[in-house]
Amino acid sequence: MTTTVQDQDKQQHAGNAAIERAATYYRLKADVEDFYYHEADLLDDRRFRDWLELLTDDIGYFMPIRRNVKFGQQAARENTKRGEGISWFDEDKWTLTKRVEQILTGVHYAEEPLSRITHMVSNVQIKGARPDIEAARELDVTSRFLVYQNRVEYETYIFVGRRNDTLRLTDDGWKIARREILLEQNILLAKNLTTFF
Amino acid sequence: MPLRNDFDQLVDVKGGFISREIFVDADIYRQELDKVFTRAWLLVGHESLVPNPGDFYTSRMGEESVILCRDKKGEIHVFLNSCRHRGMKVCRYEQGNTSLFTCPYHSWTYTTDGKLQGVPLHRTLYDGVLDREANSLVSVAKLCNYKGSIWATWDKDAPDFITYLGDAKIHLDQALDCRDGREGGSEVIGVHKWVFPANWKFAAENFLGDTYHNPSHRSVDLIGIGPSAAAGKKGRRDDELEKAQHVWISFPEGHGVHSAIQPEANEYIESFLDNPILEKYFRHCFEERKRRLGEGARLLPFVGTIFPNTSYHGRQPRGLCAWHPHSPTSTEGWRFFLVDKDAPKEAKEYLRRYYMRYSGPAGMTEQDDMENWLYATAASTGTVARRYPFNYQQSMGAYVTDHPLGGDVSTQVTEQIARGFYRRWTTYMQGGDWHELLGSPAGSRQAAE
Repeated sequence: MTTTVQDQDKQQHAGNAAIERAATYYRLKADVEDFYYHEADLLDDRRFRDWLELLTDDIGYFMPIRRNVKFGQQAARENTKRGEGISWFDEDKWTLTKRVEQILTGVHYAEEPLSRITHMVSNVQIKGARPDIEAARELDVTSRFLVYQNRVEYETYIFVGRRNDTLRLTDDGWKIARREILLEQNILLAKNLTTFF
Repeated sequence: MPLRNDFDQLVDVKGGFISREIFVDADIYRQELDKVFTRAWLLVGHESLVPNPGDFYTSRMGEESVILCRDKKGEIHVFLNSCRHRGMKVCRYEQGNTSLFTCPYHSWTYTTDGKLQGVPLHRTLYDGVLDREANSLVSVAKLCNYKGSIWATWDKDAPDFITYLGDAKIHLDQALDCRDGREGGSEVIGVHKWVFPANWKFAAENFLGDTYHNPSHRSVDLIGIGPSAAAGKKGRRDDELEKAQHVWISFPEGHGVHSAIQPEANEYIESFLDNPILEKYFRHCFEERKRRLGEGARLLPFVGTIFPNTSYHGRQPRGLCAWHPHSPTSTEGWRFFLVDKDAPKEAKEYLRRYYMRYSGPAGMTEQDDMENWLYATAASTGTVARRYPFNYQQSMGAYVTDHPLGGDVSTQVTEQIARGFYRRWTTYMQGGDWHELLGSPAGSRQAAE
């Protein structure tokens, strides 16, 4: 079976699962959690341009479509692949910036009036650190999200899933260099995906 | 339940008013499932989803789950996804390859050509009684592989698919044929599936040449997301049709399209400026297509709906949509994204990214469509709202019937297409025969005979 980018990701995450749970790990984890809480604030406070600043210029932002597959085929076929075919999102910074610009036109009717959105982040774990945990410049981090969206009067959506991030330390602090969003749905049960995850 | 005459009152195409009831009423919806969706030709999928013997892809027809599958001999079938014993879905995977569909409930098994094969304890429990042939998976009555797209109907009396398409055929062809003018040759590179709270007809009608809703896409046009956006062009696509004569056509079978005819000179209009490889490739396709099709190359597609619930986007983006009824006020949208199978890798890579940012629930353009369809549906369910029909009086009478493209052809934005669609919808709801469903006046056949 051909090895996919996602499989490589999984191997990478699995391979680093055993970072020693010592003070350095927990200090770094606290930094990462703070970073995520800040990110959630920016999104929920609708400071979208500031949110874009948290993304590296070479960010890959990816949300596959999840499929119902036979047991044993999950690794190979459950998720659509980054870099091929159609997913919910497989984007770069240009496209994400366009999405922000669109909301800011004030006439993007799917977000006008703006939705009320809360991002919750939990289960944060550092799965990989490069070059190492002591002098980490890049981290592989897994987490769970729960995004609550209420729009206009009665429209309510709950998006739950996992995120696999690569964070990179820059002169301006941590930034997101890569994000894979695994929404736990097959057929999308929302009319739109107008929020960021 | 509405009677035959009631539908004539609900759908007043002469006056240009259509009752909101047909978009929200549960009884009418139940009747649609029976009278429209078990008779009309419906899009099921694409051959590229099942390239090899044993490949299957689960799809929908109306509200019901069906299996599109290629049997051991390579023949394509469409079956109702329900065991003949107690109805359990025999396949709950989206796609795969198998030699048998095994029902999880009592383990009846079916071969990929739909035949009942395994019945546990057959000899003890069913010997001499159970007729396997008569208990095959329920098959569609007719199936058509049209240039790779797979269509089916439950009605054995339905005309063949080409007859059903009528003069809408060459417009659908523009979506299915290669960019350089060769016939067919497309493949599906991915499928969107999502549920939105609106009646299915809002989506179908949106693609029936409702060019009038363009202002709802103002946000995306302001920022520019097309294939020349980075080069500074605003809008959501390249304006290949800037010099063309746009045409809006209502066909007697209920289909409707918005296409365009390029001027006689048919000169290339620059597109895909954001990527030199693509710019070169599409310029080449344009020249090749012109060489192959001659005069015919002047016709270019925009959008259209094949009655009742299949829509297409012809060029930017390019794909087929099935608007599956889910309830009176909700729809399951499926979008099959198309590229030329033999397009260069760079073209496929660029197009898939463009399709994703444009289309569906995560697409910057179509998110605004969904907002419109939802709140138009929601605001039409009220007791008072239902007393006031929708206005369909746009461009009344502004069409010709002697255009070489056939149908009612308008050169201005028009709801003639929507009026034609609902006129035909009424014929289905009134149980018309196939002669009438293809657009001949009631009783004309008897008169002719």
